[in-house]
Amino acid sequence: MATLEDGARIGVIGGGPAGSLFAYFLLTFARRLDLDVCVDIYEPRDFTKSGPAGCNMCGGIVSESLVQALAIDGITLPPSIVQRGIDSYVLHTDTQSLKIDTPLDEKRIAALHRGGGPRDITGRRWRGLDSHLLGLAEEVGAHVHRTRVGEVGWDDARPQVRLSDRAETYDLLAFATGVNSNGLQLLDALGLPARRFRTTKAYVTEINLGQEVIGQTFGNSMHMFLINIPRLDCAAIIPKGDYVTVCLLGRDIDKELIGAFFRNPAVRRCFADPAAAREGACHCSPKINIGETSRPFVDRIVLLGDCGATRLYKDGIGAAYRTAKAAARTAMFSGVAARDFQKHYWPVYRSIAHDNRFGLLMFTVVHWIKAIRPLVAAVVTMSAREQAGAPRRRRMSTVLWDMFTGSAPYREIFLRTLAPPFIVRFVWESCRMAMRRPKPAEEPIHV
Amino acid sequence: MYEGALGHEYADGEAICRQGEPGDRMFIVQSGRVIVEVASGTGAVFVTELKGGDIFGEMALVERRPRSATVRAHGPVRVLTLDKRAFLRQVHEDPSLAYRILETMSRRIRRLDAELSEYRRIRSQDTGVT
Repeated sequence: MATLEDGARIGVIGGGPAGSLFAYFLLTFARRLDLDVCVDIYEPRDFTKSGPAGCNMCGGIVSESLVQALAIDGITLPPSIVQRGIDSYVLHTDTQSLKIDTPLDEKRIAALHRGGGPRDITGRRWRGLDSHLLGLAEEVGAHVHRTRVGEVGWDDARPQVRLSDRAETYDLLAFATGVNSNGLQLLDALGLPARRFRTTKAYVTEINLGQEVIGQTFGNSMHMFLINIPRLDCAAIIPKGDYVTVCLLGRDIDKELIGAFFRNPAVRRCFADPAAAREGACHCSPKINIGETSRPFVDRIVLLGDCGATRLYKDGIGAAYRTAKAAARTAMFSGVAARDFQKHYWPVYRSIAHDNRFGLLMFTVVHWIKAIRPLVAAVVTMSAREQAGAPRRRRMSTVLWDMFTGSAPYREIFLRTLAPPFIVRFVWESCRMAMRRPKPAEEPIHV
Repeated sequence: MYEGALGHEYADGEAICRQGEPGDRMFIVQSGRVIVEVASGTGAVFVTELKGGDIFGEMALVERRPRSATVRAHGPVRVLTLDKRAFLRQVHEDPSLAYRILETMSRRIRRLDAELSEYRRIRSQDTGVT
């Protein structure tokens, strides 16, 4: 029996959200069982530093569903972390812009920075999410080691972490290294028989506009773009404190695509000064996981977060939370053998991977829609009509909200689009729009 | 810093949910304090005060009954709403989320036991019955 008993030792490589939340939940569950376990987190980076040194390269959105799940778990995201609560989104097409509010008129999405902020930050008024979560793990008893793991191996069937000055043997070793560090190379030494994840490049830049300008022009809305740029699957401008984060997702994001985005009239009309629509001083092209690792565990080793499976394009922190908690639950209440992870961790992991198939299908459909102007107009018109009607009938609005914010599983969103009233309405609006003459671009909206 | 506060803001004295109305959501206090009160023949009776991180309104998600109490903001307060469908979907996927609700309910039953015991002690002293 491979179970965690009193005095068990657990190592975690990587102190981002997946590693921190795994440690947090493992120690929380251990306390419920009256067990005393030791958790070591190895994280060489200092997440309080600004620029690339402290950043995990991400859009910096905590989804509606994750905000709620964390709140139920007793983890609140205070205003010292959350730079802006998002209560609505604005959908931009080539010719129109439409603001869509959440049905509950509530700030339910958190816009924040993962690290200490962009490289050109001057006054630091907010803490980053990653240092906050790592702090929570420390508060419940995790030991954080600011050191890089040299290699890993086996010590009498137990995983061993080898550092420059010592070696530590563990009852369980969790990998939460993400996809942008070299940490995964360590796995090669363990001989995990798995097909590794697939990645593509995203693009993130932080534009310093100042809090007042952001409040006046972007408000508390996430700005999403349904514009016809080849290879671009999803584009968002996320208002934060003094910065807006521009996040582009798609296939082979390169300078040409980035330039096309900033030159697009729909993008430029969002900015009070269109000249500000350009790359900020801090920008990156992080790898993102678009295809899961085939088998994320062996005896006494488990992969968490991005280095295993994450949600396609959206809610990566939510996927980190789900995998971290499921792995901690399995390890604490069932065991740390591969068969335990197979029985209790695999269903959660597989559900994320399986749901991404629907996500891929949905984004493919969005690609088609973007290329056909009457269909884009039908999406906007349908949403606009819904905003004036009863909240219960907001079918397109909720599909778009959940699709763009990652607030619901892709499968659930997909099934909603198959409802006959949705299809009939969309086909009707599309036909109407196809028969209308195209309108010129509208004035910018200031929310 | 205000822009970063999540949830909905209520002013001092404003009712967040009212006794007797149907309940399809629960709430989590993000910041500030709320007061729970129950209407009686002589007016509102104070039940308890809740602070940041506390949950209320969860009984409406468990049983199909009207709200058992009114909850008001005590000073400015921020409250996050959890709608029934989203909550039950998450609990279905991760039953451990219900543990904190159990903890909350357990704490309340313990407090009610203590108050009931104290009430009976006082009543028995008043009536002379042991």
